[in-house]
Amino acid sequence: MSIESVAGPIPQTAMRPPLVEQLHSWVITVDHKRLGILYILYALVFLLVGGLEATIMRIQLIRPHNDFVSPQVFNRMFTMHGTTMIFFVVMPVMFGFANYLIPLMIGARDMAFPRLNAFSFWMTAFGGLLLYFSLVGGDGLYGAGSAPDVGWFAYAPLTSKTFSQGHSTDFWTLSLLISGFGSVGTAINIIATILCSRCDGMTLSKMPLLAWLNLTMGGLVILAVSPLTAAQLMLLIDRYLGGHFFDTQAGGSAVLWMHFFWVFGHPEVYVLVIPAFAFASEIIPVFSRKAIFGYPVMVAATICIGFIGMSVWAHHMFTVGMSSNANTFFVLSTMAIAVPTGIKIFNWLATMWGGQIHFETPMLFCIAFLFQFLIAGLTGIMQAAAPFDWQLTASYFVVAHFHYVIVGGILFTLFGAFYYWFPKMSGRMYNEALGRLHFWLFIIGFHLTFDFMHIPGVLGMPRRIYTYEPGRGWDIWNLIVTIGVFFQAAGVLIFIGNLVWSYFRGKLAGSDPWDGWTLEWSTTSPPPTYNFRAIPAVKSRRPLWDLKHPEDPDWHYE
Amino acid sequence: MSAPSAVMAQSDIRWNLPARGPVGMSCLIAAEVAIFTIFVVAYIFYIGKSLAGPQPHDVLHPPIFLTSCLLSSSLTIHIAVRFLRGGTMMSFALWWVLTMVLGAVFLAGTIREWRHLIYEDGLTIQTNLFGTTYYSLVGLHAFHVIVGLLALGTVLAFTLRGEVRKEHAERADVLSMYWHFVDVVWVVVFLVVYVIGR
Repeated sequence: MSIESVAGPIPQTAMRPPLVEQLHSWVITVDHKRLGILYILYALVFLLVGGLEATIMRIQLIRPHNDFVSPQVFNRMFTMHGTTMIFFVVMPVMFGFANYLIPLMIGARDMAFPRLNAFSFWMTAFGGLLLYFSLVGGDGLYGAGSAPDVGWFAYAPLTSKTFSQGHSTDFWTLSLLISGFGSVGTAINIIATILCSRCDGMTLSKMPLLAWLNLTMGGLVILAVSPLTAAQLMLLIDRYLGGHFFDTQAGGSAVLWMHFFWVFGHPEVYVLVIPAFAFASEIIPVFSRKAIFGYPVMVAATICIGFIGMSVWAHHMFTVGMSSNANTFFVLSTMAIAVPTGIKIFNWLATMWGGQIHFETPMLFCIAFLFQFLIAGLTGIMQAAAPFDWQLTASYFVVAHFHYVIVGGILFTLFGAFYYWFPKMSGRMYNEALGRLHFWLFIIGFHLTFDFMHIPGVLGMPRRIYTYEPGRGWDIWNLIVTIGVFFQAAGVLIFIGNLVWSYFRGKLAGSDPWDGWTLEWSTTSPPPTYNFRAIPAVKSRRPLWDLKHPEDPDWHYE
Repeated sequence: MSAPSAVMAQSDIRWNLPARGPVGMSCLIAAEVAIFTIFVVAYIFYIGKSLAGPQPHDVLHPPIFLTSCLLSSSLTIHIAVRFLRGGTMMSFALWWVLTMVLGAVFLAGTIREWRHLIYEDGLTIQTNLFGTTYYSLVGLHAFHVIVGLLALGTVLAFTLRGEVRKEHAERADVLSMYWHFVDVVWVVVFLVVYVIGR
């Protein structure tokens, strides 16, 4: 990535090495910045694939009795869409940003275990390829292959040999098992880096919030992804060795799989959303020209979310017939998580309050995130009430709710993060006009799709149906929902185009285009392989503020 | 921002961060604990739920000798690392080999036990829920013993080539953390399978 000549002690060679050599250097790299970019590019490819699958589903549902795809293909589409988006888009992209940013923000030269880092990336990458290889190999050597079609949470007994013949379910299991090893490896690396590689003076209470939030995320990955690994091992034992873990005919329990899956599945939401919070916590202060409001409370609220997030999983299972004590516990724990989340929203608002807000693209996405995440949280509290959930579970209301979290919350901050750190990663500015166009197209599309998706859910439309009868009052809403998808798709294409165009043609960004305060803006864009010529020493949470304002440094106040 | 409180005196703080090895290994152990927890929960949940076939109290005998072998190997690896730290290479190698022997004896005992269960008692992983959960949990632990032995064997190979020195004690210590973890897990597995489960 040497588009900008770095004025450093190492002389730049004028000749670029041949293409094969360049590609080879990317394959064997252990540099955290390159691995971070690999993670991000890999996730972007799968974002397009997962988005295409969603588009196929929405075209199928645009009107009643549509026959754009067969029911079998529809089942594969929702399984692959969910699995892809969770495991091969949002998780890798979060790991990518964590990889790229954490060493730069804490003043380190690399992650704690660079080779483990490369290993983790390639495990995740091959996990994703394995999932998609099912399209070729799902039915074994005979006939056409098929993708998994058991849904992204793959409830028993649908995954038993009887109901899932061929290998499609095995591809699903193995790909998640393998990428799970990669995720745990990266989580170990993130934690070890943050605890062991901080620069001089950066005590835990002086770390950027992004580091704190990713530390929490790493802990959650370790405690949440490992149970999924264990459950996948059990499923493999059932399918290949004839075990009975989830075999009800031998006394096994299908509900046990649900518990094991959601012990992973709910903390996973926080694995995805806490890094999104981290982006908002870095972007909102810089574009409000104010230090983050309530730093210690933000840290405490994050850790609180991490702990409570581990104890809410069975709110996905109110309809399976748990005891009323269990139901009550999970209702209360789920509602309790709204408290630390609400604290964070108020802190972001208080950061903006009285600030000089700059409405550039990253900030636009973060402001939209604040509103949308609030609504997502409110529909979450509605469904935390067990009786309400009995009515609406497995309906489009639930689908609308969690897409409000993942798209309206996570994806919006993620786009903000892309625009915010693109100048650092590429050395060039993105095109602001295209960025704004992306924002407005995407926000229109998002609200058309996911606001109106709540309504057929309340009217009783179940999730995962491949078509529906006319005259139930669902038609118009499904039409609007599908129209919104095209706005979102246009937005994403403009986003990708903007990244590609700006990478080659964008104007040079310089090392600090946003007048930022954290250490990554103190080095060149893109940073040299060694990140910092001399390891910095910090005295406050905003070391670059101290540098730029020696008359009024932060450490007077912290 | 509130009024200035106190100027932080930073420079005189001794900057001392934990080493990456023990931190990384602790995280790995946390992940392993989560995996074992799920298998242990499944085992406990299915106690007494087998519909047919041999039951635990008919076929299981607490492997007291093997357990004492594995647990004492925690002590021997601790002594070995202490000798390495002191630079006494011969004693280090001897205690390290003793650790491996104790681990290997444990594995051999597990093989014997499984052989007996499969050929004499007719209990396989397919027989009933007890078989499924027993072989999975004990097998998962045995797999970790094998991984541990391979890692110990790697260190031994380097030692015999004379490439392990005093300054590698920290790394050997990280490996010993893993070995202690494998032993502690066995205490849990022993209690669940051979005490509570019977």
